[in-house]
Amino acid sequence: MGKTIVEKIWSQHLVADLADGASLIYVDRVLLHERTGSIALKSLAETGRPVRSPGQALVCMDHIVDTFVNRSDDTAMPGGKAFIQQTREAAAQANIRVLDIDDPSQGIVHVVSPELGLAQPGLTIVCPDSHTCTQGGVGALAWGIGSTDGEHALATQTLAIRRPRMMRVTFDGVLGAGVTAKDMILHLIGEHTASGGAGYAVEFAGSAVQALSIEGRLTLCNMAVEFAAWTGICPPDEKTLAYVRGRPLAPEGALWDQAAADWLALRSDPDAVYDKEIAIDAAQIAPTITWGTSPQHAVAITGAVPDPAAFADPRQRAGAEAALTYMDLEPGVPLIGLPIQSAFIGSCTNGRLSDLRDAAAVLRGRRVAPGVRAIVVPGSMRVRAAAEAEGLDKVFLDAGFEWRKSGCSMCFFSGGEHFAEKERVVTSTNRNFENRQGPGVRSHLASPATVAASAVAGRLADVRALGA
Amino acid sequence: MEKFTRLDGVAAPLMRANVDTDAIIPSREMKQVSKTGLSGGLFANWRYADVATRQEDPGFVLNRPSYRGASILVAGSNFGCGSSREHAVWALHEYGVRCVIAPSFGAIFQGNCVRNGILPVALPEDQVQALAALVEAAPGVRLSIDLEAQTITAPGAAAISFGIADGDREMLLEGLDMIGVTLKRQAQIDVFETGYRQARPWRRLDLSGADAAKLERALPL
Repeated sequence: MGKTIVEKIWSQHLVADLADGASLIYVDRVLLHERTGSIALKSLAETGRPVRSPGQALVCMDHIVDTFVNRSDDTAMPGGKAFIQQTREAAAQANIRVLDIDDPSQGIVHVVSPELGLAQPGLTIVCPDSHTCTQGGVGALAWGIGSTDGEHALATQTLAIRRPRMMRVTFDGVLGAGVTAKDMILHLIGEHTASGGAGYAVEFAGSAVQALSIEGRLTLCNMAVEFAAWTGICPPDEKTLAYVRGRPLAPEGALWDQAAADWLALRSDPDAVYDKEIAIDAAQIAPTITWGTSPQHAVAITGAVPDPAAFADPRQRAGAEAALTYMDLEPGVPLIGLPIQSAFIGSCTNGRLSDLRDAAAVLRGRRVAPGVRAIVVPGSMRVRAAAEAEGLDKVFLDAGFEWRKSGCSMCFFSGGEHFAEKERVVTSTNRNFENRQGPGVRSHLASPATVAASAVAGRLADVRALGA
Repeated sequence: MEKFTRLDGVAAPLMRANVDTDAIIPSREMKQVSKTGLSGGLFANWRYADVATRQEDPGFVLNRPSYRGASILVAGSNFGCGSSREHAVWALHEYGVRCVIAPSFGAIFQGNCVRNGILPVALPEDQVQALAALVEAAPGVRLSIDLEAQTITAPGAAAISFGIADGDREMLLEGLDMIGVTLKRQAQIDVFETGYRQARPWRRLDLSGADAAKLERALPL
């Protein structure tokens, strides 16, 4: 019987079979940030256990750091400075490299890792952060863990885990104009619910996935966790090789040739067996947006706020009712035309150069609607520099956007900077949970192009109607 | 880690689907680099009418006198989805919760529970709904949970059996420190790593040494 890519990577990393069908899996890379990595490093130090291989770990300051141009350790988040400084000190004690606030490579960990070639096909990568699954976009097996497992990985370079069930989600067909990887993943979660992937490793396949850029595949895998999947992965192909080649940490010379051959062999065998399969016609996907407080509350931008009475399941109905109350929406209201107060482009979901290009293509020669606050936060300082090199910063600034330094920024509210209370925000981020982006803030998840088009209109808008 | 063997406690119903870890503990309630001092922030956005003054919302289930201080939550599907923050589990534990019963859990949250002495019990949706109906109909009712027997018992009702992975069960029953357990396999890990590095040498990385300077390199155009 053939093997899936996940099974192949699993076998390569299998240190020991444990009781109960669990496996002790070798971990190639441990990534940390100041929000949750801080406590893992501190707790490990308190127990007196050394970090086994500090050179296989990296700390990115991204969650709490400000994104203002003149930032320092002093953050808008009350007490944030202590997280930054304690993380820095603990990392220095453990001899782990930090991409600190002023580092030209600083940025959001899941943007930085693929960008530097730290993430590579076939590697196992963990981070005490749920969006670690992003890095499946380059064919790595990457998954989010808790802080205690973060300590475990640092101390032992392994994790004890049970093998997930296998799911393949196949997107065949050609995406329509203005439709992106973000719309694909929102569509999947909208159709199959926010718990549809529970217990599975999800392999994304099909011609529409192959046609995506690697950055698009990173976006697709980023929200696998919003589908409740253990992780997502796109099998490596020639496009993946071209993406990784020449990056700062990519293999070189003879090692490159060995690596490249090894990576292409990782792809799932034709007779591999999946526990579940989902097929989606990519041509049927519209620009997609959320109306509620779960990523599963997603519909085509041309759609309307649903009537909770239409949900057969009483718990889903109750969830929809609570969501409409929180979002201050009535059933049947079209999404296009809903007035917004803010627009946000950034995050590990959509903060890469291609995302900024998509948004800038919409914004060139246009202005953000009066009264709308619009912010763009590049996913890394390297993304920021590359965007500036091609003049995108000017496009954003001319359109009326704020142009920030890199970090997670207002993807989540940690007590510091946030959108105004009960504002309606269109956002390229990954979570529309209650209060996620500020007290009472109503978040509508969408692609960067949809965010840009909506910022210009001052209301939720169909990017296809604007014409890029 | 604290052991979990048996629990007899008040169960509170919290049947919303997809209760995320941002709801269990909002990010702004994680104020220090610490695993403690978190219970005040538990469910802060629902528990308090005014988060700043901590003025309680009397309608929230854990503020109702019969459910206050509950040690068992009967919850909706996909409980603990979202952010990996282990603070959600630390906050629940500090509040006094030792068991969460739900149709399904966020994967990271479920693992975090087991590593901190909280028993996550996954039961079929109809059984969870029946339990929720029971604890809603008789506020303050106590459930008995026996991890060795893998049963949940409500007064006057037949015991409900639940499944749990053997490894998770052992970790909870024995209060195992997984890092300590794995460190006993250090020699085995060493042997594996040596062979692994020979087979796939390009996977070696030393950002604290030989490879540190590579981080300064330019990106390909």
